[in-house]
Amino acid sequence: MSHSTETAPVLEFRDGALGFGDRSLWEGLDLRVMPGEFLAVLGPNGSGKTSLLRTILGQQQLDSGSVRLSGHAIHRGDRRVGYIPQQKLVPPGTPLRGRDLVALGVNGHRFGLPLPRRGDRQRVDALLADVGASAYADQPVGTLSGGEQQRLRVGQALAGDPVLLLCDEPLLSLDLHHQRVVSELIDRHRRSHDTAVVFVTHDVNPVLDVVDRILYLANGRFRQGTPDEVLRSEVLSDLYDTPVDVIRSRGRVIVAGVPDGHDHHEEEGQ
Amino acid sequence: MDNLDGIWGRLFSFANYGELLGLVQNSIAAAAVLGIVGGLIGVFVMQRDMAFAVPGISELSFAGAAGALLIGANVVAGSLVGSLVAAVLIGLLGAKARDRNSIIGVLMPFGLGLGILFLALYPGRSANKFGLLTGQIISVDIPQLGTLIAIAVVVLVALLLIWRPLTFDSLDADVAAARGVPSRTLSLGFMVLLGLTVAVSVQIIGSLLVLALVVTPAAAALRVSSSPLSVPLLSMLFGSVSAVGGILLALGGSLPISPYITTISFLIYLGCRIVGARRPARVAVRPTATRSPDSRAAARIAA
Repeated sequence: MSHSTETAPVLEFRDGALGFGDRSLWEGLDLRVMPGEFLAVLGPNGSGKTSLLRTILGQQQLDSGSVRLSGHAIHRGDRRVGYIPQQKLVPPGTPLRGRDLVALGVNGHRFGLPLPRRGDRQRVDALLADVGASAYADQPVGTLSGGEQQRLRVGQALAGDPVLLLCDEPLLSLDLHHQRVVSELIDRHRRSHDTAVVFVTHDVNPVLDVVDRILYLANGRFRQGTPDEVLRSEVLSDLYDTPVDVIRSRGRVIVAGVPDGHDHHEEEGQ
Repeated sequence: MDNLDGIWGRLFSFANYGELLGLVQNSIAAAAVLGIVGGLIGVFVMQRDMAFAVPGISELSFAGAAGALLIGANVVAGSLVGSLVAAVLIGLLGAKARDRNSIIGVLMPFGLGLGILFLALYPGRSANKFGLLTGQIISVDIPQLGTLIAIAVVVLVALLLIWRPLTFDSLDADVAAARGVPSRTLSLGFMVLLGLTVAVSVQIIGSLLVLALVVTPAAAALRVSSSPLSVPLLSMLFGSVSAVGGILLALGGSLPISPYITTISFLIYLGCRIVGARRPARVAVRPTATRSPDSRAAARIAA
């Protein structure tokens, strides 16, 4: 995507550092995510992907450096950020329908008597239509498949018209069909609404076609750039400090030789 | 046969019924309000998977009430103190389900043991002692009934005011937190409301049987509906029918009220299970292009 230099970044880290105790997750992180840009955050377990998201959500303070959202300091529960979590199946018997799940994105943070508002209902209907979930809007959430539930969560995250969409492994444990459906939904929305996307994943393949840039975290260090710049044997070998092979086969990327404890890419997710 | 008739006569007797009814109308009002509150909070107890916390709180509530009886203090106040201590402890130390269950498992026998000790030390009538464990609504005097109803109304209003954020937090705490819902405060607030509800229930049905008013009605409602509106409404209806019905049936006899309440509550649950099982699987009749055959079968099994 082309962006003029005048455009202000939606998300900007300057010299950000974060660690726990003696261990540094990452430091010297300079990152700019522009409107409409799709950034995938990759790296093994424990490399600080989730902590990065928590920082952007204002739930975790940087040890040093700064992070800003549209030029302003970040605060908890910022309505300009939409959040799509890992797919967690809603237990059967939960007294909520599909539309109620989406409605929580519209009014779930509101205290006060839970009386319906006309505007809310129209908003929810529009969101349901947006993510193609109108057909099962009135079904109990607990009876829907994982993929259907995840569509609803995308709708819920879009409710606040976010400038930034944070996705934390949203494709985990979805079948291939729904992995494609959900990533297409996110991709379509960021193009039509110029929403920036930060997409944390252990497997880049389902979103390889739509990713603009990659932030790869490992070993307390990181690399960023386009997929072609980052997903290369010499780049990842340097990052992991051990020989790693990046194999491209039929449009898929396979990373082989990642040391023990850095299991990823091939991992099927649990 | 005489024996059986005798038991029947003790179970159900409606002699001087009108007169008795006049004497207990305040108790009936309290039972109705408690049934409503228990039914409502029960919906969240089920969603937050906290059924086990209810007896955990009620045993400490029992200890508090027994302690109050021993030192001659207000029993309702003692019960409230015990409930709130337990509820806040469980709320603070048991954010994770696993921690929570172990804390409850530790608190429950401690509270019950403490209560038994206080009762053993108490020199008064034994009927009072038994009442704390199995209910004594008829013996609660009118000013105390007023307190119970007031507490129940406070819980009811508070629940309605935090309804949406609490629903969000119960469903998905991470996403709710990302949206700015104050998850920790809300969880703790919910525990306080649960503590208040349990303390009130202990007075009516006794600490051993609180689950019949706080969990059973909601569990029954969830069997027959998934609507966010009808589940709480049904649960409140079931709760107050059990509580009021129990008092009305027990009135003429000389037996404690609680078994009547627990039995009605249980029968409603049983009925709801039967109705729920006979409901057609809605999933199967729904034609959607997006659903794969595998997931449809899975959903049918799950439902």
